[in-house]
Amino acid sequence: MIAVEKLDFFYGASQALHGIDLRIPENRVTAFIGPSGCGKSTLLRCFNRMNDLIDGTRIGSGRILIQGVDIHDPDVDVISLRRQVGMVFQKSNPFPKSIFENIAYGLEVQGVKNRRRLEEVVEKSLRGAALWEEVKDRLHTSALGLSGGQQQRLCIARAIAVEPRIILMDEPCSALDPIATAKVEELIHELKRSYTIVIVTHNMQQAGRCSDLTAFFYLGRLVEMGRTEKIFTNPVQTQTEDYISGRFG
Amino acid sequence: MNRNPFAHKSSGSQWVERLVFGLFRAGTYLILACALAVFATIFWKGGGTVFQKAAPYVNWQFLSQSPETLYVFQHEGIKMELGDREFRAFKKERGLDAIKADTYAHSAGGIWPCIQGTFWLVVGSMTIALFLGVSSAVYLSEYSHGGQLVGLIRLAILNLAGVPSIVFGLFGLGLFVHFMPVLAGVDDPSVPSLPVGFGYWLNFSGWGVCLASGWFTLALMALPVVIAASEESLRAVPKGFREASLALGATQWQAIRTNVLPYALPGMLTSSILGVARVAGETAPVMFTAAYVMRDAGGSSGLFNFIGQGVMALPYHIYVVSSKIPQNQYTERVQYGTALVFLILVSGIATTSILLRTRMRKRYRW
Ligand SMILES: Nc1ncnc2c1ncn2[C@@H]1O[C@H](COP(=O)(O)OP(=O)(O)O)[C@@H](O)[C@H]1O
Ligand SMILES: [Mg+2]
Repeated sequence: MIAVEKLDFFYGASQALHGIDLRIPENRVTAFIGPSGCGKSTLLRCFNRMNDLIDGTRIGSGRILIQGVDIHDPDVDVISLRRQVGMVFQKSNPFPKSIFENIAYGLEVQGVKNRRRLEEVVEKSLRGAALWEEVKDRLHTSALGLSGGQQQRLCIARAIAVEPRIILMDEPCSALDPIATAKVEELIHELKRSYTIVIVTHNMQQAGRCSDLTAFFYLGRLVEMGRTEKIFTNPVQTQTEDYISGRFG
Repeated sequence: MNRNPFAHKSSGSQWVERLVFGLFRAGTYLILACALAVFATIFWKGGGTVFQKAAPYVNWQFLSQSPETLYVFQHEGIKMELGDREFRAFKKERGLDAIKADTYAHSAGGIWPCIQGTFWLVVGSMTIALFLGVSSAVYLSEYSHGGQLVGLIRLAILNLAGVPSIVFGLFGLGLFVHFMPVLAGVDDPSVPSLPVGFGYWLNFSGWGVCLASGWFTLALMALPVVIAASEESLRAVPKGFREASLALGATQWQAIRTNVLPYALPGMLTSSILGVARVAGETAPVMFTAAYVMRDAGGSSGLFNFIGQGVMALPYHIYVVSSKIPQNQYTERVQYGTALVFLILVSGIATTSILLRTRMRKRYRW
């Protein structure tokens, strides 16, 4: 689904990613783990070209293919790329609008005006994010009135409303309490049937619980990637073992 | 009994401390005293003109009439003080031809055309300044990617803020009053002109002293404040809103239009109103570009007649009545009255915009 080939990535003069090579399969949850600053978010934001927004960033060499297409090809429209590759941010960021408007936003910018259609999509997305029962009576109240966990699930619902193929999640639970975290994890489990999910996490247990594959990064390099059970129980590299067992990081 | 370990000690450093704070405090109170003195003088001396003891307590004539010349004369042993129109009516009524009277320009009547002129100047220049200022702020802080050109633009804006108002006035006089092109059906031989086809010419004859020239001059003057305020309001909108919009497949303009500008607009508006209210108080730019010593309240019909007319303006009127006409016991009434009305108007605008900002901030919180 996603293939990264020998990717070097720079913020101005400083290199954040060194020769990353990896493959992310379809309809699986892939977790990125590693100590802070090792480049997990940077790589994730390469997949929907969010790094284009930061001045001075550039791909030194290598390429990223999504469904076989080089996403930096001049023929690729970054807007349609982002519709296919959704993103959920670390800090939940619902717009200060109503719940309905939040979910409908992605369709509205595509020019969908039909009220019936929007209502359908809003309900479907909220059900998809396991939020419908909690908010169905207050769709037209401000999204900021929701709890932190509900806000993050709203952001997931908002992302799936535009029907992407891939959902990128950058530490989606780092600001949530354990119960809200459990709900989001459950949701991730559900979503993987229809979406390819890449999740950055700081939490080893979380990676263990909800991912099929795990990639361990250190200082901008991919150290090891494999099936999650394998990485957690029998890693090849000692660095991985040390990190997972909590000896550094 | 224990000795108090925290007892006052009169050491040198404490003495210095008290002295320093005393100085700071004195400085602060001095500012307060100055402000109070200005307000109190104007209220005290202008109050008599603008307000009156009997109902309706406000002197509507002063607010609603045009300035008139005051005629002072002796009639059958009584000293009469009449405005222009009253004076003529008086003469006609009695069939008197020549009355020997002392005349005092601008000392009778009111200041309605000045209020109206200032109002239109503020509205027009605010519209232009907001449009230009918000556009360039959005360009600078949302679209541009740093670089030398942007650095140069920012430097230019900073410099613009430091240009003295008289220079703005002269600039406006040179550019708008004397140079800007006017579309006309004939080729004016006395000025350079450009044919635009269809039998029309752009004659570079300038717009003349008129509202449009004043609008643009004042707008340029307010621009640095408006741009700074707008950029600050844009920066206050969390980056997450832009990122989330873009990640959902919005174009940059869609993201800005739906998820940045609406939240930044209250701040932009109110700070800009303050900026424009301040430049509206300047005399120099207005007196070269838009203001007349004497005009009737705007009655011109049609858009072009409207923006092509000169107006009276409160700051310029104050300037005229306090330094352009001979001073005497009758002029003070108008001077302080106008100053008071102007002060009330400007602080009214400022207060409204601050209240508006507080209210709108409450609505958009995140
Ligand atoms: N906007 C940026 N500008 C410059 N350097 C950055 C920027 N964002 C991240 N970096 C650097 O890139 C490296 C990787 O950061 P990041 O991808 O955020 O790490 P992680 O998500 O694994 O904690 C870090 O050394 C960080 O300092
Ligand atoms: Mg990160």
